[in-house]
Amino acid sequence: MVAISKIATGNGHGEDSPYFDGWKAYETNPFHPIDRPDGVIQMGLAENQLCFNFIKKWVMEHPEASLCSAEGVNKFEETALFQDYHGMPEFREAVAKFMGKVRGDRVKFDPDRIVMSGGATGAHEMVAFCLADPGEAFLVPTPYYPGFDRDLRWRTGVELVPVVCESSNNFKITRAALEAAYEKAKEANLRVKGLLITNPSNPLGTILDRDTLKGIVKFINEKNIHLIGDEIYAATVFMEPEFVSISEIIEEVECNRGLIHIVYSLSKDMGFPGFRVGIVYSYNDAVVSCARKMSSFGLVSSQTQHLIATMLSDDDFVDSFIVESKEQLFKRHKYFTLSLSQVGIGSLKSNAGLFIWMDLRKLLKEKTFDAEMDLWRVIINEVKLNVSPGSSFHCDEPGWFRVCFANMDDNTMEVALLRITTFMHKHNEAMVPRKLCRRASLKLSLSRRRDDFMSQNMMSPHSPIPQSPLVRART
Amino acid sequence: MVSMSKIATGNGHGENSPYFDGWKAYETNPFHPIDRPDGVIQMGLAENQLCFEFIKKWLMEHPEASLCTAEGVNRFKETALFQDYHGMPEFRQAIAKFMGKVRGDRVKFDPDRIVMSGGATGAHEMVAFCLADPGEALLVPTPYYPGFDRDLRWRTGVELAPVICESSHNFQITRTAMEAAYEKAQEANLKVKGLVITNPSNPLGTIMDRETLKSIVQFINEKNIHLIGDEIYAATVFKDPEFVSISEVIQEVECNHDLIHIVYSLSKDMGFPGFRVGIVYSYNDAVVNCARKMSSYGLVSSQTQHLIATMLNDDDFIHNFIMESKEQLFKRHKYFTWSLSQVGIGSLKSNGGLFIWMDLRKLLKEKTFDAEMDLWRVIINEVKLNVSPGSSFHCHEPGWFRVCFANMDDNTMEVALSRIRSFILKNNESIVPRKLCRRSSLKLSLSRSLSRRMDDFMSPAGIMSPHSPLPQSPLVRART
Repeated sequence: MVAISKIATGNGHGEDSPYFDGWKAYETNPFHPIDRPDGVIQMGLAENQLCFNFIKKWVMEHPEASLCSAEGVNKFEETALFQDYHGMPEFREAVAKFMGKVRGDRVKFDPDRIVMSGGATGAHEMVAFCLADPGEAFLVPTPYYPGFDRDLRWRTGVELVPVVCESSNNFKITRAALEAAYEKAKEANLRVKGLLITNPSNPLGTILDRDTLKGIVKFINEKNIHLIGDEIYAATVFMEPEFVSISEIIEEVECNRGLIHIVYSLSKDMGFPGFRVGIVYSYNDAVVSCARKMSSFGLVSSQTQHLIATMLSDDDFVDSFIVESKEQLFKRHKYFTLSLSQVGIGSLKSNAGLFIWMDLRKLLKEKTFDAEMDLWRVIINEVKLNVSPGSSFHCDEPGWFRVCFANMDDNTMEVALLRITTFMHKHNEAMVPRKLCRRASLKLSLSRRRDDFMSQNMMSPHSPIPQSPLVRART
Repeated sequence: MVSMSKIATGNGHGENSPYFDGWKAYETNPFHPIDRPDGVIQMGLAENQLCFEFIKKWLMEHPEASLCTAEGVNRFKETALFQDYHGMPEFRQAIAKFMGKVRGDRVKFDPDRIVMSGGATGAHEMVAFCLADPGEALLVPTPYYPGFDRDLRWRTGVELAPVICESSHNFQITRTAMEAAYEKAQEANLKVKGLVITNPSNPLGTIMDRETLKSIVQFINEKNIHLIGDEIYAATVFKDPEFVSISEVIQEVECNHDLIHIVYSLSKDMGFPGFRVGIVYSYNDAVVNCARKMSSYGLVSSQTQHLIATMLNDDDFIHNFIMESKEQLFKRHKYFTWSLSQVGIGSLKSNGGLFIWMDLRKLLKEKTFDAEMDLWRVIINEVKLNVSPGSSFHCHEPGWFRVCFANMDDNTMEVALSRIRSFILKNNESIVPRKLCRRSSLKLSLSRSLSRRMDDFMSPAGIMSPHSPLPQSPLVRART
């Protein structure tokens, strides 16, 4: 019997969560328009695939961004040798500038506070290692990204305590919820070291308003606990209201900056999850210093630092990219939510992220998480879509599902919508009480296509049939 | 008062070691042939800079290796999106093939056992997390790479227990030493979970012979503890005897393969430390599985996976690269050790690595580590070379220094050697006893041989033996 560690033999890797089960279903039978037209469509992966042509065009026009082109190879040797955990100055400057632009240049970021990590995954773990001892805790508002259970806890031994947010007030983070979570932790003898917020939110796709953010900063300041702001979706805010970053709020609210830290990455905003560009930005010098030393465990490949530095130093590219990305996300989001509403499926009103928080509460047999799992299995196995059930995000209420919309081309989106439409149609027929059977017009409106959407006659995202037995669209 | 973690406020990062002090001295005044000709020459960084022309030539001939060229851009999107912790199949296949070739194709590596990590730094930490709980221990033969103190212990809470290797045995790892270390750990109530060996050795530059390796495998098998073999310098073995890998020995010795793990990287063999290509190769399925999940914290950039996959799938390139690299290292090592011997400086006989283990015991005022530190400060501040003192490698005996020779061009090497010569000459004058003063020929022959240049060295007829030409030299007797 060979002994390995407790960490290795335990479940801390979190892969037993349903979040990953859907991935497995997808992996055994992935959709392909020609090879596997009945395969499962991946709507559980928050990727941003909408701007690659734009990026590729820039790449072709800038051979110096590559170490392997005639224009760039003279930097190959020095780059291949560069392993300084401070990171390339031009890389840090470019990332700092990009972060500023994404916030409308309302704040400036200091390149010397930029610390690299192995993606946002590595960034979160690193921050936990810097701020908390094993057995100490972070507060995390629900619903939250399932990866946090692994990233913040697995090898660190840190605990997570949920701040329960409820659908009744659109999942806002209230002072009362924060206080309740803090108290609960104390009662469980857990020392709270910090609060982690994700803004824009995953899975909600919403942004925190200024007052909520100020309330949060005041709370952590009073309790003298850290605030970690995961702003990985900052550039995906495609519609008003404008994104407000923690970095802006701390200019407006009295606060100990030694408590403020931002986690960032290029995985969502730029669509580069493969490049593992994770960033920790801390206003606390000791944390910057410590994190920088820890970054040795997950530095960004210098080859990638060089590419990103070149790309993000190009002001015109960055400005145009940010605008293009918002536009693509806006259009895709609008089309998707409108199409869903056409069949009576609503979602939490959102203006950011790469997904929507779909409301299927009315489709549950009963208001339980078991019923949510049953519904989810139907969606995976019959509708053949991989969506993510709310329970995997620790949502307090069953019936919500996160559905990603930016990780596929237009054709696949159509196929997905058609499957949803067909499913709802079948469900509709089974559910519609006798008196509404006369509403044959319901069936007719389902065939409205993308072209209609694009024209001036844009329908409101509300369900056109107020008395619909289906889910009432939430705006 | 803002509170952080104990890990953050402690010293586990290891940067208070003298190993890093030398780096700092270098960083404030780094040598540059034109801008700072009196600056400190970096001889404390084990980099392999000898093959870049060779590599660059290949790059120019293979634009498809880049995602940003016309030939490669069609793969940009799928690569930028690829974050699967299994890693690209072509990357794993290329690495497995390269590892096999570096071992003369005497073993085959399974691509499905290749797990990525954030450099070898990340690999070591990951392996520690997989195999040991906080408070448990790993045995490590001394002298060893100072980074292990941080990589294996800092965030993991794992302890390290040294296996003392002595200069009298040429620092070989003996069964006795391993048993002693194991016992000592037990007495200290430390549960030993594994043994970490670095082969070829850093800082020694030596390789382990087959017998030693077999004995090590037998030892860990008997104790039922893991064996982690860091083979990061595998392709830097530039001369016989040939490198023997753990992967070969376990085919010859009865052993539970679940205890065997290899850490690898392209940082030394290829000279790509910046690309962060760390590899964990385990024969234990559960460890592969766990490590793969943990690799999320330090995956290799897919852009880099693509480059490396293309490069290492080119059989001709690998074959030629391995040969070219050995040749360059052989020449540089030979010239450097020979030049040092000319001034009576010896080093441990070695045939691998990017450094030599220089023997300056005779230059110590007294046989203490304080004296070693004094000498080191002289070397940094007066000779203006950053070398690494043996104490930072936990060497049991003072007076040894690791000196890197593959991280500079020929001109810088000449400057470094000239500084060493001047220093020894000065030192010579002050420490030569009266009776030897008549040996003014010492000075003459020294200065004559001092002017022997690389060209002399290169000619086969004129190659001097690495032994000191002056057997009665008061200086350090060259060790061959």
